[in-house]
Amino acid sequence: MSGETHIRVKDLTMAYGDFVIQRDLDFTIRRGDVFIIMGGSGCGKSTLLKHLIGLMVPAKGEIWFDDIDFWQAPPHRQEMLKRRFGVLFQSGALWSSMTLQENVALPLQEYTELSKREVNEIASLKLALVGLAGFEQFYPAEISGGMRKRASLARAIALDPEVLFFDEPSAGLDPISSQRLDELILEIRDSLGATVVVVTHELASIFTIGNDSVFLDNESRTIIARGDPKMLRDSSENIKVRAFLNRGKV
Amino acid sequence: MRERLPASDVVTKYLAEHPGIERVVFHAEGLTAWDSGLINFLRNVIALCGEQGLAVDQGGLPEGARRLLRLASAVPEQVTGRHAEPPSLLHHVGQVTLELLHGAPAMIRFIGEISLAVGRLLRGKAQFRRSDLALLVQETGPQALPIVSLISFLVGLILAYMGAVQLAQFGAQIYIADLVGIGMSREIGALMTGIILAGRTGAAFAAQLGTMQVNEEIDAYRTLGISPIDFLVLPRMLALILMAPLLTLYASVVGMAAGMLVAVTAFNVDMNEYYQQTLYALSIPHFLVGLSKGLVYGILIAIAGCLRGMQCGRSASAVGEATTSAVVTSIVFIVVSASLMTILYQKLGI
Repeated sequence: MSGETHIRVKDLTMAYGDFVIQRDLDFTIRRGDVFIIMGGSGCGKSTLLKHLIGLMVPAKGEIWFDDIDFWQAPPHRQEMLKRRFGVLFQSGALWSSMTLQENVALPLQEYTELSKREVNEIASLKLALVGLAGFEQFYPAEISGGMRKRASLARAIALDPEVLFFDEPSAGLDPISSQRLDELILEIRDSLGATVVVVTHELASIFTIGNDSVFLDNESRTIIARGDPKMLRDSSENIKVRAFLNRGKV
Repeated sequence: MRERLPASDVVTKYLAEHPGIERVVFHAEGLTAWDSGLINFLRNVIALCGEQGLAVDQGGLPEGARRLLRLASAVPEQVTGRHAEPPSLLHHVGQVTLELLHGAPAMIRFIGEISLAVGRLLRGKAQFRRSDLALLVQETGPQALPIVSLISFLVGLILAYMGAVQLAQFGAQIYIADLVGIGMSREIGALMTGIILAGRTGAAFAAQLGTMQVNEEIDAYRTLGISPIDFLVLPRMLALILMAPLLTLYASVVGMAAGMLVAVTAFNVDMNEYYQQTLYALSIPHFLVGLSKGLVYGILIAIAGCLRGMQCGRSASAVGEATTSAVVTSIVFIVVSASLMTILYQKLGI
């Protein structure tokens, strides 16, 4: 964690038509951090993630990756930037018509000059890294929810991304699988040196992996707290944030 | 609650008849069992008292009922902008009009994106897996043969019978060959193939892409910088462009065979004569007209199926709606384009 700014969000306003979801969001994410976007259900956490990964256009504001303003960059530059991202969607979003190996191999086939054999080797390696060695020829429908999440993580790290985005990684997982996934996220962050952005409201995950965060409020529709989640839990001035991070006990 | 809910109308009436009441007290000492029906009744009565500024004493209610009432009123009712009443006819008409107005630019944009993807394909830069194309060709073409055979055979049979009954009055049964041959090759073969493909393949495309939308699979392509139009729409379009004319040709031949069967077995036409008459009646332009219609229907079905799939919402019911919409859109496209092409070919004398 060098402390150098990797992602900067400036005066971001997100809206569906005239309906503003969050406004005036302003925060930075340091390189190598595990940054948590948290808040109550329906506050716009996943929408913020969709803005960060280029799936939704901001109503106002800027999103910078290093010295590139994503939404001002020409389309080919945006595509290049996207290749530096790895995304794990809430549902896993594995391509159901492909085997796990094909899922992981596709980004490699599209964006590297590797031979088919090398692509398959790398895909197998990535699956092994998430504990799915031997499952290469399985289809997503043939494995459990936790395994799908891990396979999706293998696809997200296929191109050794600089930034990993996770949308509710623990959703639908039992506590043990959830804890294993948290450990995996940290291991991959350490080994790849990636910046990790996680959308979650799972307290156990927040305190295990997060070292910086923002708290989105759905009443004021903006950020009401930022900083280390443990610090916010113990000493946030905002009662709503302390209540959230202490399971309702202030 | 299993029989009927207690109504608060009695209380409303009583309060109206006795204007001097200031306080309402509940006595439920004799109550041995109750369910949500009681809570609903109490809630209505309490709301009524609130409206009339009357004090309410809940002390006589069972403890569980008091707790449930507290729970029901713990979070104040929120203004969500959703109305329980069904929208008026005028509102509905306005909404449908707006949807149509918004739908047209979306369709034009989608066709534009497909055109760009075709341009990339021609330059060899389109991103899609050749294995996907092969699989789609197989699903769209060979796997549709049984249903195309059945429908074309039966339609050929109907066409032959309908014509033969009239022609037999003049002893002109041999012209069944002309009627069926020209009818199947120019119009009916392509039309029936189009309708089968709309119900089978167009619906499948919408359901596949809609499910991918629900499962965020399409988002996953976008975040990797892979165009879903190239990767998902283009192979589906190519598969139909390749298979629709071939299926049209096949349907025409099967329909003609059915016509021959009717003429030979039911109307005593010699098989060789029928064959010769068919050859005499048909010319290459007839087949080209049919093939061109098949091609156009194929393109339109692919556009409708893929467009509705890509526009699908994020719920299971949205997939059903997308599928239905794909079939309806395809059939409307087919009928409109069939009419336009028929007029055009007549004008051109083809």
